[in-house]
Amino acid sequence: MFVRLSAAIAAVCLLGSPALGQGAAKPTDPQIAHIAYTAGVIDIAAAKQAMTKASHKDVKAFAADMLRDHEAVNKQALDLVKKLKVTPEDNDTSKALTKQAADKHAELEKLKGAEFDKAYAANEVAYHKAVNGALETLLIPNAGNAELKSLLQTGLKIFQGHQQHAEHVAAALK
Amino acid sequence: MKPGWILLFAASLMTAISVPATAATLQITMDNLVISPSEASAEVGDTIEWINKDVFVHTATARNGDFDINMPAKKTVTSVLKKAGTIEYYCRFHPNMKATLTVAP
Repeated sequence: MFVRLSAAIAAVCLLGSPALGQGAAKPTDPQIAHIAYTAGVIDIAAAKQAMTKASHKDVKAFAADMLRDHEAVNKQALDLVKKLKVTPEDNDTSKALTKQAADKHAELEKLKGAEFDKAYAANEVAYHKAVNGALETLLIPNAGNAELKSLLQTGLKIFQGHQQHAEHVAAALK
Repeated sequence: MKPGWILLFAASLMTAISVPATAATLQITMDNLVISPSEASAEVGDTIEWINKDVFVHTATARNGDFDINMPAKKTVTSVLKKAGTIEYYCRFHPNMKATLTVAP
């Protein structure tokens, strides 16, 4: 049941995310950098929310892991764009992601205790799944700069790890 | 088997028992979310140098509970192998990082 529910949430996230689906135009490197960075900022904000609201120790620990890793990735991203003299460019995908995240943040804010824990963990599974899909099909294939591509590939590996970690946490909360 | 061979065999066996092999040091590296070598062999008493080249914290967590090594970002930590066995381990933070360590007695 829970697996089906998570899958459904993931599907809804993907479908409801024209941003992470098939954008009309192929994103440019400055846009890709912005999207990747925004995706990190969103999960950092979600982690901070969870660190104050979560009740289960595994969920709190998971949130701390997300905060640490996504800050590390985003620091690398900032260092890289500085080095490449690329200015990340805001775009519709980033805007849509930010809007969706704000809605989810508000939704989670209303929940408490175990309900919050389950909803946060389920969303982390769905969110990482959506971001990984976008990295694989949209961002990595369209990245022109080799160093940017390489950082995105590292990002994909680490976020795949997060997705599995989130799945373990979510399954343990059942 | 000729008596000579038996003697030689016995002698080598005794040597093996009385003089423990010198403990070796083995390096296992976590780089770009990949553990290498993915399959390593060592002996009880050997030291593992766990080298984390990533900017992320990793762990080497044995599925059977034999060890749980915490590796801060860009740091090397060492541990001494205490138990024999074929140990599957992974990173708790990134469970897609997996490897096997075979520890001979």
